[in-house]
Amino acid sequence: MTAATLAPAAVDTQSMTGSQVVLRALVEQGVDTIFGYPGGAVLPLYDAIFQQDKIRHVLVRHEQAAVHAAEGYARSTGKVGVVLVTSGPGATNTVTGLTDALMDSVPIVCLTGQVPTHMIGNDAFQEADTVGITRPCTKHNYLVKRPEDLARVMHEAFHVARSGRPGPVVIDLPKNIQMGKAVYQGKDEVRHRSYHPRREPDAERIEQAIEMIARAERPVFYVGGGLVNAGHEACALLTELVHETGYPITQTLMGLGAYPGSDPQSLGMLGMHGTYEANLAMYHCDVMVCIGARFDDRVTGRLDGFSPGSKKIHIDIDPSSINKNIAVDVSVVADAVEAVGALLAAWRRRSNSVSRDKVAPWWGQIEEWRKKDSLRFRQDGAGIKPQTAIRRLYEATRESDVYVTTDVGQHQMWAAQHFTFEKPMRWLTSGGLGTMGYGFPAALGVQMAHPDATVLCISGDASWVMNMQEMSTAIQYRLPVKTFILNNSYMGMVRQWQDFFHGQRHASSYMESLPDFVKLAEAFGATGLRATTVEELDQVIATALATDGPVLVDVVVDREENVYPMIPGGAAHNEIKLSPEDEGQHEAISEEGMVLV
Amino acid sequence: MAEEERRHTIVVLVDNEPGVLARVIGLFSGRGYNIESLTVAQVDKVRAQSRINIVTTGTELVIEQIKALLGKLVPVHRVQDLTIEGPHVERELALVKVLGDREQLVRALRIADFMHARLVDSSPESFVFEMTGTSDELDAFISLVEPVEVSRAGVVAIGRGRTVLASNGA
Ligand SMILES: Cc1cc2nc3c(=O)[nH]c(=O)nc-3n(C[C@H](O)[C@H](O)[C@H](O)COP(=O)(O)OP(=O)(O)OC[C@H]3O[C@@H](n4cnc5c(N)ncnc54)[C@H](O)[C@@H]3O)c2cc1C
Ligand SMILES: Cc1ncc(C[n+]2csc(CCOP(=O)(O)OP(=O)(O)O)c2C)c(N)n1
Repeated sequence: MTAATLAPAAVDTQSMTGSQVVLRALVEQGVDTIFGYPGGAVLPLYDAIFQQDKIRHVLVRHEQAAVHAAEGYARSTGKVGVVLVTSGPGATNTVTGLTDALMDSVPIVCLTGQVPTHMIGNDAFQEADTVGITRPCTKHNYLVKRPEDLARVMHEAFHVARSGRPGPVVIDLPKNIQMGKAVYQGKDEVRHRSYHPRREPDAERIEQAIEMIARAERPVFYVGGGLVNAGHEACALLTELVHETGYPITQTLMGLGAYPGSDPQSLGMLGMHGTYEANLAMYHCDVMVCIGARFDDRVTGRLDGFSPGSKKIHIDIDPSSINKNIAVDVSVVADAVEAVGALLAAWRRRSNSVSRDKVAPWWGQIEEWRKKDSLRFRQDGAGIKPQTAIRRLYEATRESDVYVTTDVGQHQMWAAQHFTFEKPMRWLTSGGLGTMGYGFPAALGVQMAHPDATVLCISGDASWVMNMQEMSTAIQYRLPVKTFILNNSYMGMVRQWQDFFHGQRHASSYMESLPDFVKLAEAFGATGLRATTVEELDQVIATALATDGPVLVDVVVDREENVYPMIPGGAAHNEIKLSPEDEGQHEAISEEGMVLV
Repeated sequence: MAEEERRHTIVVLVDNEPGVLARVIGLFSGRGYNIESLTVAQVDKVRAQSRINIVTTGTELVIEQIKALLGKLVPVHRVQDLTIEGPHVERELALVKVLGDREQLVRALRIADFMHARLVDSSPESFVFEMTGTSDELDAFISLVEPVEVSRAGVVAIGRGRTVLASNGA
């Protein structure tokens, strides 16, 4: 099949193979890139890919990385990310990625090969019960058993992945379905029978919410990843609403960039490693306006100590997010773009009757909290503090078109704290599942979608190794991702918890026999650099950014540094610890808190 | 919100497609919710829709979660909490086997008669009764006749009066 034959009019829809139907559906759904890895059960699909040129296939080196790359592609564009893997081990290798996408609401369609329909259930070669295994880690999944269902299932899968609360969808494709004859149906011919999530807010609830917002004396906006899901317009409307009210706003880890981070009304991130002012504003507020955030335990801390005196408004597209952890006073089930638009319109109708002076004392209090400068750190000596590395990286790239991915651990928190994001979809991190190994493949997905952008992966010495094989992918597709490993020779975050809560016994958290990252990069054909002093740091950052192709930078940082502020597990926002001087108090952590992760 | 646990009867209208029951059950087991009883059968051949009746217990927050999560499943058309949404009828069917000598069987037959259970099988040493009623009525009958084997169908339920649970559109 040539590219021309994919054009709708030119195809004889009666004599297509299943594989051709799959590709045509992908094209009609606007897909231009897929991430995958071949095997016996998907060879017909690969053959069809080979014979067309509308869709680029990116060969990863491990199927988990295919999903993370698709997540990076999806999260940085707002489009659906697409994955293609073989049956059995190919499919099972995607499970971590799918779970990650489910937790962080990332739209993914993952095509998995399957043994032919007549062999299903026979323990055939490379057979796995893919729909069974992926049922709890997908938003929905399908096994296509009849060729006549194929086109409909393809279009439905995209609809389900991207609408409502986005998430991953698996389509299991037996090999005989890929090879047999199938009939194409266009996406407009398919309407889903039951899945039509609500987008429009209830007008009365919006009125109730705006009434509460207008009367507030100590308000705070608390916004999250749902705004990033809702897109640029939603974030722009939110920014207007926040500016017009003059109220403070805090973002979750997933919401960074939904509101300009350098704006004076922004209190930064809240939660376990959030700023002092954000957490105390949450604790003491009288009206909390939660938009597209899900009261995660990293954010709420101890539930009975969570913002005890406030009225709470919750706007979320997913009814099951509401009243899940925290009972709220006004709930609005709607897409954030619609709901924020409605709030803004309602606010404008009454704004002249709202006096700005009434929140002045609240701002006075917040400014007091801000003076604590809770993200402060001391860069003394020549050795590099990890926070310094992030700050310098930020300074060096802030004027450029920059995207940042991270892995999981201390470096992730420092990146969240010290890199400032002004726009949504620029910050990509594994928040809900906390998947080490996410950052590098996600960065490759971002770079595929934005070939001219500066894409940084901020990683840790332990995390990066988890998907380092993807350096081959970076080389093959000339993806000039710049990776900065904050190398503390520890699984730093684990070491920090052992120091605080387990008597400084460093069980298996020291990374013995770490590779020489510079040589490792070179072995792949990439550029490897190292910085061990602050002086070298700026030079190395400049060199890395000026180098064509992928670069791996080993930034040797202070091994003992810990992430502050910190709200220990099972504590409330007002029990936040700001510095090592507060550390002694960790001894007193409750047993109830200890069991939390 | 109320902290005490309460029994709820929830009915769910779903597309009768493979895996739909696994999805519903997985939702309960994966999140540690109770299922006291669950029944499922196709109720609309033309639209290929099945109806699932679930009896569960939980606090108000948990029940709200369960309903929201059920509503989110892609093949689910409607979710109705009969316990909250008004008066309804609940029935369960049981087959109950009693063994014994003549005297014991006669005694069981008398109880069955009195409680409106039907004799559906008999042999010189055994009776099988069929009983339909509320779960409480079944419990009472079973505790009285001291059976050796019981098979229960689980609760089926429907709203009283004119209200109708049907899929919206499609
Ligand atoms: C080591 C580590 C430390 C962490 N520390 C912190 C911390 O200190 N602070 C912190 O905030 N997080 C922290 N996290 C992340 C945390 O675990 C959660 O992932 C995060 O708090 C959830 O963000 P969120 O509430 O914005 O929700 P998300 O997971 O982004 O969920 C989005 C919500 O918005 C809704 N939504 C989706 N689309 C729309 C739409 N179009 N319109 C309206 N609503 C929509 C969804 O239904 C969902 O409820 C940490 C993670 C790790 C790994
Ligand atoms: C796949 C996976 N396994 C284990 C963990 C638990 N874990 C969380 S942070 C962390 C250490 C990360 O170390 P590193 O990548 O070096 O980052 P640092 O904390 O030192 O910045 C571990 C093991 C995880 N999040 N993901």
